[in-house]
Amino acid sequence: MVEQNAMIKTVNLNCYYEDQQVLQNINLEVYKNEILGIIGPSNSGKTTFLRALNRLNSLNINYRQKGVIIFENQNAQDIDDTLLRKKIGIIFAMPQVLPISIYENIAYGPKVHGVKDRAKIEFLVEDSLKKAYLWDEVRDRLKTSAAKLSGGQQQRLCIARTLAVEPDVILYDEPCSGLDPISTAKVEDAMGQLSQQYTQILVTNNTKQAARVSHRTAFFLMGEMVEVDQTNVMFTHPSDQRTDDYITGKFG
Amino acid sequence: MNGANLRQKIAFSVLGLVTLLVVIPILLILYFVISRGWSAITWEFLTAMPRNGMKDGGIFPAIIGTVLLITGTMAFSLPLGILSAIYLVEYAKDNLFTRLIKLSVVNLSGIPSIVYGLFGFTLFVVFMRLGVSILAGSLTLAIMSLPVIITATKEALEAVPMAYREISLSLGATRWQTVRYCVLPYAIPGILTGTVLSLSRAAGETAPILFTVAAFYLPRLPNSLFDQVMALPYHLYVISTQVPNMPEKLSFGTGLVLIGLVCLMNLVSIILRSHFRKKKQW
Repeated sequence: MVEQNAMIKTVNLNCYYEDQQVLQNINLEVYKNEILGIIGPSNSGKTTFLRALNRLNSLNINYRQKGVIIFENQNAQDIDDTLLRKKIGIIFAMPQVLPISIYENIAYGPKVHGVKDRAKIEFLVEDSLKKAYLWDEVRDRLKTSAAKLSGGQQQRLCIARTLAVEPDVILYDEPCSGLDPISTAKVEDAMGQLSQQYTQILVTNNTKQAARVSHRTAFFLMGEMVEVDQTNVMFTHPSDQRTDDYITGKFG
Repeated sequence: MNGANLRQKIAFSVLGLVTLLVVIPILLILYFVISRGWSAITWEFLTAMPRNGMKDGGIFPAIIGTVLLITGTMAFSLPLGILSAIYLVEYAKDNLFTRLIKLSVVNLSGIPSIVYGLFGFTLFVVFMRLGVSILAGSLTLAIMSLPVIITATKEALEAVPMAYREISLSLGATRWQTVRYCVLPYAIPGILTGTVLSLSRAAGETAPILFTVAAFYLPRLPNSLFDQVMALPYHLYVISTQVPNMPEKLSFGTGLVLIGLVCLMNLVSIILRSHFRKKKQW
């Protein structure tokens, strides 16, 4: 089912905000074309882990990091910020659209990467919207403001916007926390389809969502990665008692 | 009615009354200036040179002088102020140097305008040998306007949601692309408001232009940027205090023209602002 070659690999990754350590010695491999779920209570460092991968953490001047992140067999440190972020896209928790048209929202990424050909941009817009399961709902109003879309539609627009820069990896930071069940199902459907082509990491507070969507699941707790395994193993016979307690709802 | 509701009613009434008090001086100023100055406004007053010790003729050279000074001020202070504000908000690291710059910007706005005048005279007129000229006056006014423009631009930039920058950066845009396409377009209305405010103030200032550009009586138009000019605020000061037996309506007429000029600038900024808002739908 999943090819066993690592797309991303972290070696002894430690992250700090000022003097506070938020991640401790994270050693995790993410395989090509898998959906890796990351579950764990709030403040366990899940979001910090995601944002370390595409270096968004470094926007915070108090952030420091130790350890190595390997991306496509290359030390991520040697890759330029813009290229790294183009290849590793992120979907934020709250749907964040720019207050411009649907079309412009998606065209923005390709444009900043120097795509000038109109036909190519139009193709990318349509193709990305189709992959994000949004095309049929917006095809006749691409020029209207993206802010007029519903929350669920906006989140799928964000996915389409990320797809338009042709990434290899997509990170999701609790992408459905503000969405109703039907919108959530649509986003999950899109993720399922996208796994043919992309490597995806899903951070979620909703353990059931991780069970539904992800191939493998990692459990983070207070800055540590407790364990990672095939999703069906994690949810039936976890090897660590703390995982079992969290999944069965004894804390969290 | 219970106590809490009554207190709320009293509180809002007091707030409303105080707000009304703020409007009164503005209305009174407008009333006095218009009622006493309106009769002076004729085509000749606006377009003719002053004659007969400024008691006859018009104030054309002073109008042109003020327009030139505003334009010159804008040419220097807009790029300088807006670009440095962008640097401070979007690029500068939070270190001692940056904090020093921010502190000096704040302090710059506290300096009395007459001190700017003296400074401009020393630096531009004497040291840089620009002479008493439009150039020297514009530069002096520009430096005086900088803190307000920088502060307004900073606030406008900071009001743009952090999320816009994160979206742009997360898609692999450079910092400059992010500023150019995802921050500036949304900050422009705020920048415009602050800028026009500071330029309106510069248009009405007398002290900074006193030693650097303003001419007491010069009934001709300037030939170059190195000429002196008359300017409305200084002209107003001159005819109100330095010329005996000056008809009152001429002073108020000059004041009315100055107010009109400033209102015109505000109008242009409102039109531009609503134009940008419509384009950006936010």
